[in-house]
Amino acid sequence: MKVSIEINGTTVSEEVEDRTLLVHFVREQAGLTATNIGCDTTSCGACTVLLDGESVKSCTVLAAQADGHRVTTLEGLRGEGGDLHPVQRAFREEHGLQCGFCTPGMIMASVSLLDHNPKPTRQEVRDGLEGNLCRCTGYHNIVNAVMNASGQEVQR
Amino acid sequence: MIPARFTYRRVSSVDEALAAVAEHGDDAKLLAGGQSLLPLMKLRFAAPELLIDLGPLDELRYVRREGDEIAVGAMTRYHDLHHDAVLAEHAPLLAHVAGSVGDQQVRHRGTIGGSLVHADPAADLPAAVLAVDGVLVARGPDGERRIPAAEFFQGPFETPLAPEELLTEVRVPVQDGAGWGFEKFTRRAIDWAIVGVVVAGRAVSLINMGGTPLRASAVEAALAEGASAAEAAALAAEGTSPADEAHATSEYREHLARVLTERALVSAGVS
Ligand SMILES: Cc1cc2nc3c(=O)[nH]c(=O)nc-3n(C[C@H](O)[C@H](O)[C@H](O)COP(=O)(O)OP(=O)(O)OC[C@H]3O[C@@H](n4cnc5c(N)ncnc54)[C@H](O)[C@@H]3O)c2cc1C
Ligand code: FES
Ligand code: FES
Repeated sequence: MKVSIEINGTTVSEEVEDRTLLVHFVREQAGLTATNIGCDTTSCGACTVLLDGESVKSCTVLAAQADGHRVTTLEGLRGEGGDLHPVQRAFREEHGLQCGFCTPGMIMASVSLLDHNPKPTRQEVRDGLEGNLCRCTGYHNIVNAVMNASGQEVQR
Repeated sequence: MIPARFTYRRVSSVDEALAAVAEHGDDAKLLAGGQSLLPLMKLRFAAPELLIDLGPLDELRYVRREGDEIAVGAMTRYHDLHHDAVLAEHAPLLAHVAGSVGDQQVRHRGTIGGSLVHADPAADLPAAVLAVDGVLVARGPDGERRIPAAEFFQGPFETPLAPEELLTEVRVPVQDGAGWGFEKFTRRAIDWAIVGVVVAGRAVSLINMGGTPLRASAVEAALAEGASAAEAAALAAEGTSPADEAHATSEYREHLARVLTERALVSAGVS
């Protein structure tokens, strides 16, 4: 079937199989490879993107379901002049990443979390990111990054 | 992992969905939030030929008060339930339980209807709807029928819905002033419950203590006779048949049911 999805402000129209997953559409048809496939079983959150502004695990959404809808990936967060998004900047400042594999999903989930709750407590950040797994940083710096991005105090 | 081939079809009304399932029967599957069905299809445990996407059915996405009842559309997502003002006021238990399902990404997609029809004994919403004596409204070729939650959960992943029926709505009585409690013990943050307990007023239901959500009738009877939370909770495992598994033996589950029931009763205001 022909699927047209507005990804980061540009409409991508491609002929795909009905069973194509959104994560494959984003990586292969749109050529945007920041969105990673980790577990492929809806557990790790590495594939998180925003669908109509809400975080979803794109390994568990069909491209067909997103047809006519709006998707934002990590690549779409940068500002006009190429400036990092505040959440991206905070991950860099707080060392919220090591290998970086989970980072795109973590950042997209954090953006969604802050969208609903601009001043979360540390516990709310932990609850909000429970669907995203990281093998490297031990989460502490990730929580710090989200606190930093929300303009709140960071625990050292 | 990629599902087996199927034909995807999006429908724009309940009638259109009903016509499609009437025509294709067992070969077709309805897709709501996809948070259970798509993982199953990726593992090839399910391989429908036709997938009928209910996604656009905003007509089934609502929470409204109707007299002494609250009507919730089947396509209402966990995230909507968790943030809904009507539920916050008249059925905070449901809003709370919806907020503890899975993770934020799952809650943005998963629906109350999908959860109830999927009828996973480890799921949260089925036990909550059972505790509040909810009624499920289904539409099929012969019109509408209402099924009490107590008759809806027949076995693991088994309900009385026919393939050509669609769940449209869940109705729950207004819970004004009734104490409530919810406890869930999980192995990992986003997991389903090893055991869970829902208390609504003096009604108690258990998650994952058998093939369906169960009412803890012995606990309810003891409460009716004036038992304390601790006395009543001691009976939580009575009449249950929890599975014996590698990470939770049946004895362990029975123990959890007693401990969690006492905690849930205490949060519901039973002393
Ligand atoms: C990582 C993860 C963690 C999770 N954790 C939990 C948890 O802690 N607790 C919990 O309860 N659940 C949990 N779930 C399951 C989640 O709640 C699912 O969303 C839910 O069980 C199914 O809802 P859905 O809308 O996604 O339905 P779908 O997956 O789209 O459909 C499920 C089934 O219901 C049928 N169906 C759907 N809607 C209708 C309808 N209106 N009429 C007739 N049939 C219909 C479908 O055909 C299918 O058979 C988790 C899922 C994931 C991926
Ligand atoms: S790859 Fe989608 S959740 Fe892990
Ligand atoms: S930084 Fe390596 S997995 Fe998170």
